[in-house]
Amino acid sequence: MLSRRIIPCLDVRDGKVVKGVRFRDHVVMGEIVDLALRYRDEGADELVFYDITASPEGRSVDRGWVERVARVIDIPFCVAGGIRSVDEARAVLHAGADKISVNSPALERPELVDELATAFGVQCVVVGIDSMRDADGEWRVRQYTGDPSKTRSLSRRTIDWMIEVQRRGAGEIVLNCMDSDGVRKGYDLEQLGKVRAVCHVPLIASGGAGAVEHFRDAFTQARVDGALAASVFHSGAIGIPDLKRYLQHQGVVVRLQGSCGHE
Amino acid sequence: MSVVLVDAGGTNIGSVRYALQRLGVDASLTSDAAQIRTADKVILPGVGAAGPGMARLRELGLVDVIRGLTQPVLGVCLGMQLLCAHSAEGDTDCLDVIPANVSRFQETPDLCVPHMGWNRLSTVARHPLLDHLEEGDWAYFVHSYAVPMGEYTLASTDYGGGFSAVIAKDNFHGMQFHPERSANVGAKLLKNFLEL
Repeated sequence: MLSRRIIPCLDVRDGKVVKGVRFRDHVVMGEIVDLALRYRDEGADELVFYDITASPEGRSVDRGWVERVARVIDIPFCVAGGIRSVDEARAVLHAGADKISVNSPALERPELVDELATAFGVQCVVVGIDSMRDADGEWRVRQYTGDPSKTRSLSRRTIDWMIEVQRRGAGEIVLNCMDSDGVRKGYDLEQLGKVRAVCHVPLIASGGAGAVEHFRDAFTQARVDGALAASVFHSGAIGIPDLKRYLQHQGVVVRLQGSCGHE
Repeated sequence: MSVVLVDAGGTNIGSVRYALQRLGVDASLTSDAAQIRTADKVILPGVGAAGPGMARLRELGLVDVIRGLTQPVLGVCLGMQLLCAHSAEGDTDCLDVIPANVSRFQETPDLCVPHMGWNRLSTVARHPLLDHLEEGDWAYFVHSYAVPMGEYTLASTDYGGGFSAVIAKDNFHGMQFHPERSANVGAKLLKNFLEL
């Protein structure tokens, strides 16, 4: 049986891992390779690296650190940040990333998802969706969230975009629930539960983790395949081995064996 | 020991190469027939689709080269599927060194396709490739097509029913998961392959 995945997210800015609250006011958390190795040793199932400034600045992800991570890491990792073309995606995959995630560029040009799926197979193609609830109660998509001064609200409903990207070839969807991001009050179970019904590819929850119970709720109530978190892991507030033991105790299938260090 | 990675355009070549480096083996990346024939070990990595994968091997003139190899060969993920007779993905005739067919996972409300994530391995038949593998060891999978259980299955994994996680026939071996991304378990299995 497939395990539920615990996925530390490393927001990368100018070659360092950073974290901000509600996507703002970023502070440096550490070196990319050091943090990647630490999470691998603690039993992370996968890592996601977001080059959060690449998309608003109109540039693609820096390949140098992708290769450095690929050399030392033996768990899968996904790279996101300003990937706008099949060629840019290929460069990141050849540098050693297992998957590439597209967000803003897919909103600029949705055909990008089809092109990536055709070139590399749907299993390589993750679509990240930044979603926020509007005053009318509807969740809609946000673009260029890496830079608050450039963030745009779109008229596109989150659920419609989710259906569309699956049709185009998304192999996995990361839903960043911006209302709950960075405030550690739990994942947005209401929104995740709603989109789960239309999401037929693996769904990864993002935004809001503050306690081990939040992970349990995302898995048992919203039935997500993976839960992504950043600050609670970076700060040490939640240790991955403790989290996994807790989840196992709660009846969630997690990978525990052989996950800590070399045998 | 010389180990070659067949450059069939797969995107996971870098990762497999780094995994071998972590085991102290510097594998060369090649599409040269002579170099492949004379290597001690041959690895066919692969991420992508069966049709383009076979087309690339034909273009490179490597179909008969691989079929004729007698040293240990390991296909990883798509590479394993290419060792089989036929894939339902694009109705593709493959290398046919392991007489098995590749079919698509049946998507259901409870079963997402692709099968993506960590799942458990269960030994079906004893083989040196599986030395030190413990029941329920976790491996990382990413695929939509799989080889059903059969005569050549060495280890199985359950995803809406069992399928072949590891297969072998004679000198040809296949792993459906990504050993290069399966932490200590993957390293153990790659090491086993290098020691065959």
